[in-house]
Amino acid sequence: MKLSREEVVHIAALARMGISDAEIEKAREQVSNILENFEVLKEIDTTNVPPTAQSIHLQNVLREDSPRESLPMEDVLANAPDREGDLFKLRPVLE
Amino acid sequence: MTDNLTDLTIHVAHELLKAKKISSVELTKQYLARIKVVDAQVRAIVNVTEDFALQQAKKADEIIAAGKSVPLTGVPFLLKDNMSTKGIKTTCSSKMLENFIPPYDATVVEKLNSVGAVMVGKANMDEYAMGSSTENSAFFTTHNPWDLSRVPGGSSGGSAAGVAAGEAVFALGSDTGGSIRQPAGFCNVTGFKPTYGRVSRYGLVAFASSLDQIGPLTKDALDAALVMNVISGHDTADSTSATEPVPDYTKGLAKDLKGMKIGIPKEYFVEGMQPEVDAAIKAAIKQLEELGAKVDWGVSLPQTPHALAVYYIIAPSEASANLARYDGSKYGFSYLNTDNMWEGMEKTKQLGFGPEVKRRIMLGNYALSSGYYDAYYLKAQKVRTLIRREFDAAFEKYDALVTPTSPTVPFKIGERADNPVQMYLSDVCTLPINIAGIPGISIPAGFAQGLPIGMQIIGKPFAEDTLLKISYAYQQVTDWHKRRPAV
Repeated sequence: MKLSREEVVHIAALARMGISDAEIEKAREQVSNILENFEVLKEIDTTNVPPTAQSIHLQNVLREDSPRESLPMEDVLANAPDREGDLFKLRPVLE
Repeated sequence: MTDNLTDLTIHVAHELLKAKKISSVELTKQYLARIKVVDAQVRAIVNVTEDFALQQAKKADEIIAAGKSVPLTGVPFLLKDNMSTKGIKTTCSSKMLENFIPPYDATVVEKLNSVGAVMVGKANMDEYAMGSSTENSAFFTTHNPWDLSRVPGGSSGGSAAGVAAGEAVFALGSDTGGSIRQPAGFCNVTGFKPTYGRVSRYGLVAFASSLDQIGPLTKDALDAALVMNVISGHDTADSTSATEPVPDYTKGLAKDLKGMKIGIPKEYFVEGMQPEVDAAIKAAIKQLEELGAKVDWGVSLPQTPHALAVYYIIAPSEASANLARYDGSKYGFSYLNTDNMWEGMEKTKQLGFGPEVKRRIMLGNYALSSGYYDAYYLKAQKVRTLIRREFDAAFEKYDALVTPTSPTVPFKIGERADNPVQMYLSDVCTLPINIAGIPGISIPAGFAQGLPIGMQIIGKPFAEDTLLKISYAYQQVTDWHKRRPAV
């Protein structure tokens, strides 16, 4: 069950990740091999078994909504790839 | 007095520092000099933080002079480069974060700084902690100090190799599917993955949030207990951190294991396991018996073979969600040479991430995508429940389970690099423990052809003390953990 070219392009697009032709071919091979190893799960009976999302059974962790100091503006913007004054500069979302 | 100062345990270093036989500045300089000599070969460190280390050492000496030192005060350590250090690059061994300087410290870093521990460097790793050999580092591969042509394991390979090669007294790593224990086994150090939530993940770059856990890599079990005493505990900044009280982990250490019940799950002695590993682990278990433990050799955990599939669905799914944030807008690598938002995002990820990270993002997106969610992600979460139940049932009868850490000794660099499925198999004994969220430790248990073999001990949630007790008792009657590579 080898993934098709279209399937690989589709999952890369879901991740908004660019992918080259060579990467597509390699992914078809390697991702398919990995997926084959998942087939074993199909044979396991999980009727009435609830899913586990996390292992320590903590629920609804709440805290006071109290004000506290935030990071200094300069520290926050120090890693910005592009900025304008005190703002992150991004490409237009709407043309 | 001056020889072998780079071969110290935390407890011995602490005695020397407290008695003022050496200062932290002197000790730190010794380790920095050692790094200069051996790291050209071992390549455990991405960034040697010399200036920061000497400043910290000076502060530590003040703490010692004031009579306020604790066992980690003034002791040099390595930090895996996926834990945030304020003002110091945190790269995750990725091009994506190659120049990222965090504006805050991870909670574990804050804790280590507050007791005056001395960070001498940031350790190499598989990119975003995805890998089992450090070959996925975007910068360079770390070499196993026991045989430089072999991998140190991963993803905390730099942390493990650095401690083994005497470049630091201890290190912190992170473990999502074996990333502390497997390299610890490969490098002959003690590597401890605590219960999920025992140590705060605040400031740890997220890989798979329901599996990630920080822990120590040390020269022995006593040192692991000493580090755990400092880094454990609830943190309001990490809402998944556990509220259970933190004991003094050194208190329960004892020389015998009378009354302890240990189970040996046969599924962990897998097909394809090296006979030398099998023999070494069985010999080590016999020694636990001699120490007074009651060993049941016939335990069965039939869900074990399914853990690999469960892990490689859940971990990449969580990773694909966590890594979606690297869109080039706020920090990290950014492809700026376009006016189109989508192209910028796509190129940023394509050029910023390495092959294994991209593979996992694709796997995760596939498993979570419409039409496949039930068959993959939901199914894996249900089998996760079965795996956890099986452990819970076993721990009603046994205090601990013992297995090999990895089915083989360290493999050659390049041997598995282009075969992801082969690579994933080196974590087959460690993955189930993260899936269940329970604690596991790897301790040195023998050698085959001069290469280390690790033994894994697994416990019930928050039974860190039990695992340390067994490890400590074993290390009182063996000296595998005292052997050092000739690098």
